[in-house]
Amino acid sequence: MKSITVKKPFDEIKEALKDVEKVFLVGCGTCATMCHTGGVLEVLEMKEELEKTGKKITGWMVPPVACDDVTKDAIDKNTDAIKEADALLVMSCAFGVHSIVIFSDKPVFPATNTLYIGKEDTPGHFSRVCIQCGECILAFTGGICPIARCAKQLLNGPCGGAQGGKCEISPDLPCAWHLIIERLSKSGQLHKLEKIVPPKNWGKALTNSSPIKRS
Amino acid sequence: MKAGSNLEKVLEGGYFAVTAEVGPPKGTSASVIRRKGDLLKFYCDALNVTDNQTAIVRMSSLSGCVILKEMGIDPVMQMVVRDRNRIAIQSDILGAVALGIRNVLCLSGDHQKFGNHPDAKGVYDIDSIQLVQTLKTMRDEKKFLCGEGISGDVLLFIGAVENPFADPFEYRVVRLAKKIRAGADFIQTQAVYDVKKFSRWIEMIRDQGLDKQVHILAGVIPIKSVGMARYMRDNVSGVSVPDEIVSRLEGAKDVKEEGVKISLEIIDQLKEIDGVHGIHIMAVAWEDIVPVIVERAGLLPRPVL
Repeated sequence: MKSITVKKPFDEIKEALKDVEKVFLVGCGTCATMCHTGGVLEVLEMKEELEKTGKKITGWMVPPVACDDVTKDAIDKNTDAIKEADALLVMSCAFGVHSIVIFSDKPVFPATNTLYIGKEDTPGHFSRVCIQCGECILAFTGGICPIARCAKQLLNGPCGGAQGGKCEISPDLPCAWHLIIERLSKSGQLHKLEKIVPPKNWGKALTNSSPIKRS
Repeated sequence: MKAGSNLEKVLEGGYFAVTAEVGPPKGTSASVIRRKGDLLKFYCDALNVTDNQTAIVRMSSLSGCVILKEMGIDPVMQMVVRDRNRIAIQSDILGAVALGIRNVLCLSGDHQKFGNHPDAKGVYDIDSIQLVQTLKTMRDEKKFLCGEGISGDVLLFIGAVENPFADPFEYRVVRLAKKIRAGADFIQTQAVYDVKKFSRWIEMIRDQGLDKQVHILAGVIPIKSVGMARYMRDNVSGVSVPDEIVSRLEGAKDVKEEGVKISLEIIDQLKEIDGVHGIHIMAVAWEDIVPVIVERAGLLPRPVL
């Protein structure tokens, strides 16, 4: 399971940093490295690109995990370079950005767009598997999530638009319900879908951001 | 009678029903709806008003239905789950019933990506089967989804849609059974061009006795041009147009007349299929042809009940 990111367009980053002269760069050694959005290579590329636009890069770091407590240690190690910078450009996912905000008072700018929690299907190809809805239904859907993978988040799918196993919105997108039906048919469990699934409680997680305490 | 709408009376009376679609304008003119109503009034038992079809913003279905209702026409209010959450849905239903609307057709709706606001946030709080169930609960138990009581009767004749041509083919029947169990009183299907495949589907429906539990109206979309036929074959999700229909139109001198003939042949075959209780004509941007088709198909006069 990884936090899947894509690079923000460079023009958007330039615009965000337009009043900033000196920048410190932060990458992430885990998910962003795997996505090629914030590993050492991308951080060094960003350094070069920003320098071309006249920015001064006061330093950079790629902590093993940007969203962890080790982020604080990494920040402590780079105190001087960070102190010198006007802002931090964070090339991790949004979780990393949030950690940096906790440990540094400097203005923080994200360099990526965080898409979803996904997995790497084949090298370099990612797909969404879970939207962390707080009410897992994989038991009756054969381990394939229609909330994460059906364009209409149907609980009693498929809709009438699926054709040839593909979603109506894109020929590249498999119909999640097609996959579910295929999988349940194979294991003789198709009857699980005969039950009408009642409306979902979206308030468990998606519309609820209350902090919780570990049980 | 559950709602006492004209459509319900026609279907429960055992007549072969005819409904058609009225697309509301991308504007504020009630006369657009009235003109279509005038045109179709004596040729159909009820008229569906679409709900922002293909995710393009248009006058609301509820308003269109009220305008038709004022003309003495029985409207079918289409309602998609794409644009409303459970709060807005139930509220709109209360309003619709208060304004005399008795038929509601429940749909998922085309994905917002297809429309003129592709960046919109799709709601999909509940799905179309849950919508059917919600309306049934509101009508039969006089309760909202949350369990609280509703004051007043919720007179509704509940419709759902089905696409016999979508994949996976065998599963479509399971899903239709779910819709019937959820509370669907009538079904309007996607357009039928491949009558053989449709017959196989309805045979599976009959095998399970589902045709006795619900009224099925088969969809008919008259084809106006070769371009439209090709477009529907290649681009419209969930519609299957056999190549022979496209080539028939390509070879025709009078394409529109050929399109009408094809529709009439399909209707003739549909009338003979056990379990088909009517047709639903969706003449997108060609409403004028509906009276012609209904008349030439021998479906006049419509019953007065």
